[in-house]
Order: sequence, then C-alpha cells, then structure tokens
Amino acid sequence: MADISIKGLKKTYPGSTELATNNVSLDVAEGEFMVLLGPSGCGKTTLLRMVAGLDFPDEGSISIGGRDVTYLPPQDRNLSMVFQSYAVFPHRKVRTNIAFGLVMKKVPREELEKKVAWAADLLQLTPYLDRYPAQLSGGQRQRVAVARAIVMDADVLLMDEPLSNLDALLRLDFRAELKKIVQQLGSTTLYVTHDQVEAMSLSDRVAVMKKGQIAQLGHPITVYEEPADRFVGGFIGSPPMNFLEGRVTQQGALEVAGQSTEAPEFLARSAARSGGLPVMVGIRAENIYLEDRGTPGTLDATVEVVEPLGHATLLTVDLGGQTIKVQVASTVRVSSGEKVGLRFDQAAIRFFDTETQLGLTA
Amino acid sequence: MLLIAPSIVFMTLLFGWPMVSGILQAFGGPEGLTTANFTRMAQDPYFWASVGNTLLLIVVMIPIQFVLALAMALLIRAKPRGSSVYFYIWAIPLAVSDLAAGLVWLTVFTDRGYLNSVLASVGLEPFSWLAYDNYASMFMAVLIAEVWRATSLVFVIVVAGLQSIPKDYEEAAGVFGAGFWDRLWHVTLPLLRPSLQTALILRTILAFQTFAVALALTGQNFPLVVGETYRWYTGLQDANVASALALVVMAVSMVTAVGYLKLLKDQSEAPR
Repeated sequence: MADISIKGLKKTYPGSTELATNNVSLDVAEGEFMVLLGPSGCGKTTLLRMVAGLDFPDEGSISIGGRDVTYLPPQDRNLSMVFQSYAVFPHRKVRTNIAFGLVMKKVPREELEKKVAWAADLLQLTPYLDRYPAQLSGGQRQRVAVARAIVMDADVLLMDEPLSNLDALLRLDFRAELKKIVQQLGSTTLYVTHDQVEAMSLSDRVAVMKKGQIAQLGHPITVYEEPADRFVGGFIGSPPMNFLEGRVTQQGALEVAGQSTEAPEFLARSAARSGGLPVMVGIRAENIYLEDRGTPGTLDATVEVVEPLGHATLLTVDLGGQTIKVQVASTVRVSSGEKVGLRFDQAAIRFFDTETQLGLTA
Repeated sequence: MLLIAPSIVFMTLLFGWPMVSGILQAFGGPEGLTTANFTRMAQDPYFWASVGNTLLLIVVMIPIQFVLALAMALLIRAKPRGSSVYFYIWAIPLAVSDLAAGLVWLTVFTDRGYLNSVLASVGLEPFSWLAYDNYASMFMAVLIAEVWRATSLVFVIVVAGLQSIPKDYEEAAGVFGAGFWDRLWHVTLPLLRPSLQTALILRTILAFQTFAVALALTGQNFPLVVGETYRWYTGLQDANVASALALVVMAVSMVTAVGYLKLLKDQSEAPR
C-alpha cells in the first residue's frame, strides 16, 4: 500500500491540439478510495492510464509511495488494474487468469494457490476456476477481472469504469460488493467512472473532472451539496441541480423569475456595494417544497409534467418562464397544469457567478 | 437446390471433374487401373532427392519465415514513424510472380551476378553459388530467394491477426508485471494462434509447391517435388506419372493441414 502523488500532469495525444489533462495535480492518501468522475473526454481515463504507465505525460510527475514512477513501464510500478473491457485473457482458464500477476511475480506455487483460492472464494468464482472466459457470463468475467487484480497485493489498485458493462441490476449488486472488498483490502484505489451514483456511493473523496482539469475535489457529500461551480452541480445528482437566472438588488432582495425573496447576507452586502448583482441560483430538486399558491415566502409556479418514480414524484415546473425539476414525496397528489407555490430550502440554495460559473460563498 | 445449382455446376466442372480425371490418370495405364505409375515415380533417381530437398527447404524455411514475419508485424504494431510505408514495402513480394522473383535472384547469384561483382570489387574471389557441386550454397540461394518472396504472405496474415487483438490484453499483461517477452509468450502468441494456424497451413502447402524459384536459380540441379511433376509432364512426356506425383503432393498437403489443425487446436473454445 502506498500513497499516490500527481503533480502538474500535462498530456496531449498525438494528432490532437487539446490537452487531455491540463496541469492536473492530485494526492491520494494511503488506503484512500479516490474516484475520478467526469463526462467522456474529460481526461479521467487518460489520468488513470498515466498512473498505470500505459501512457506517459508530456510534463509533470507521478510518484507512488514516494517513488517517482512517471516514465516507468507498467510492469515496474507494482500496481494492479481492472479494465473497462475486463481484458480477461480468453486463452487462459479462470484459475490461470487470476494467477497471471502472481506467476509474473514468480510467487511460490503454494502461496499462489492459496491466494487464488482466497480470491475465488471472495468473488464466488470457485465453481468456475477450470472454465474458460468464453464459458462465463459478463458478470462472472467481471469478477475474474477483479479477482486477478486483488490477488496482487499491489501498492495501488486502479479501476477503469469496471461496472459500466454490467446491466443495471448486476451493477447495483456488484457496487456494494466491490465497496466491501476494497474496504477489506484497505488498498489505495483510484477509480474512474462517469456514473455519479457510483462515485458518490464508493468514494472517500471524489475528483470531478472537466476538460482535462479537476473542477472540484472533496468528500462526495460536500461535492453534492456545495458544488464548486455550475458544471459540478449540473453533473452530479439525478436530476441535476436546477439553475435559475436571478438578481440580487441593491436593497438586498433576491429576484427570481420576476418574484422576490430575501437574499443571503453576503450577497446583499456585495450587491449593495456594486449596485445590484446578477447571480445564478442553484437548487436541487429535493430541496424545493410544494405549497399552496400564495403562501408567504413562496414563488408562484405551474406544474407542467408529473412523473411518479415510485420512491418519489418528479415534477417539471414552470417558474416564470424557466423550467425546473422538483422532487416531492410520492404521497403528494398533484396534477399537471396545477398552480402551486414553491418554497426553496434557504440553506440548500447555492449561488454561482453568471460570468465565471464559479460558486459564490460567504 | 436451385439457388446453389450454379455453384455446384461450377465446382463440378472446374474442380471436381479435373480432380477425378487427374486421379484416374495417376492410376491409369494401357491395361486399366494400375499402381505402376507410382512405382516408376519412386524408382526415378531424382524422386527421393526432390523429396529430401523439399522437406529440408520446408523445415529450414518455415521457422525462419515465421520469426521474420512476426518480428516485422510486431515492429509495425509498435507504430514507428512511417510504419504504413514499411507495411507496403514488406508486402511487395506478394505481388511478384515466383518465376520473376527467381530471375531477380538469379541476377544476384549467377556467376557474373551482383553478388560476385560486389565480392570482386572488395577483392574477394568470386564463387559459383549455383554450381551443382556446391549443394550448400545452392540450397542457401534457393532458401534466401524463397524467404524473400514468400515471407510477406505470413507477414500480411500476422499483421491482420495482430490488428484483431485488442490492445487491452497486452496492457493488462503489462500492468500485471509482464515484460516484453512474457507478454509475447503468454498473451500475444496464444491470441494470435488462429492467424498463425492459417499462415502455417497456407505457407506449408505452398512450400510443398515451391518450384519456379528453384527452377530459375538452379534448373534441375536442385530438384523439388513439383519441379519433378513438371519434368515428367513436359520433359518425359508422361502425364500419368506426373499426375501420380501431383496426387502425392496433394495428399501430403492435406495430411499436413489436418495435422496442424489437430496440433494447434484451441482449447478455450471447447463446448461447455
């Protein structure tokens, strides 16, 4: 086990002018589960590949456990990895697939067999040890890939969207299982995904990436509740955070959709100084409450679409020409076209700069 | 039946009928069916020499060609600068007819050829490379010409095979601690098995039929089995023995192909 220290990584793929990673720095503590989250093309896989040694950066450095590995080939880095495609060798039986890394490390036979048996047991592969990958289901192949990675006792465990090729139900099951296994191992883990639910549920910390840079790094709940910018708020959460154009007046009122409520102190102060401040108001669907039209402190809105989801009901609501999503309890009876009042949970409202899209905080 | 009728007719006319008539000819004689043609074939002084030469050529040439083709294909896969140019250059011999290739190499190895000119210009004695009493140099000349001419077939098949292997496997092997040779031995070669099998079958069958290069370089001094077929047919005007020889080549080719398929059988796709 070891920590990972990434400093100022820059990488451009041949034939491309855009930086795949632009000056990325990231420290992963020993035993930490770090998730790299972002949309496709954000550089998260590139970053992982550079840590793995499958690609080399143009600039910057990577060290694992204090050892500079920036330009070492993968076989000299003492790591293990689960690939998105699993990359389970089709010509080797499950047993020899799992043992591959151990054979390469020339681990004594007795220890090797013990470890393979342990991993097979942990991942419920024992009955399949003498089968070829072609005779396994996708989920089982995935387990082989994970088993092959965990027998290594490597310094660092890398995972590149390991769950993305599983069907939804299997993914849910395996996600929890993976979390349990990694917690048991306690290994330093770098995990790439574009699925924000995976990132939230697995990580100790999550690094949200955008256009080759880390947009926000933090505890998953922090990233969820206090997105550093509009991109993060819009990327994390299902449905994503609602964004409303608004304005803080010189008098300290927050105007949204032609209606006004009270603005928080720090914004009122800067608005008073600058003579009015345009802001982007961010609020999550579950932090908006439905009330009767006309209740003091609510905004007038009209329900457009009602989508019962079972555990909750998702409403698409028109608020003075802007469309937002509101999540209410499934017991709430509401129909489309209904005129309602919306109350925002003041503590959950986030404000963003309209120019830089960055979060505004006190 | 109606839909496949054209192909059946074609196969019968262009493949089945000539084969049957060839077989009949091989066993044909003035007094009906006989094995006399095979006896005559085996008693010919050149026959066993040609069998020996053909087998020696195959045994020496095929490993050389596979190592070369694999090395070339791996170089292409590593994508050095201009790798596509190399690919086309290395594939050129595919387009050269074997007789032309033999003639090109004749200009190199003949007594007043390029090789001897180079030797003379650096002050060395010229050498009769293709003289009938210099068996070793004659064999080397045929071997070099054949390697040059026919390696590209193996190369093209191996390149195609390599392209169909996802990079992930080699990358995974690397991450799990395998260096270049381990990756080649434990991952690339096993995954390349179907392509190697195809190339091996094709190349061996074609090697049994090596003919024009040796003929151009050595005439009858380095007899090969198919060359003997040609000699029986045109020189000795005996179509029956020529057919018998051809039949032997075909039988050996078929046995070899089946042998390779059995030997290199892929276990991982065995039924559940």
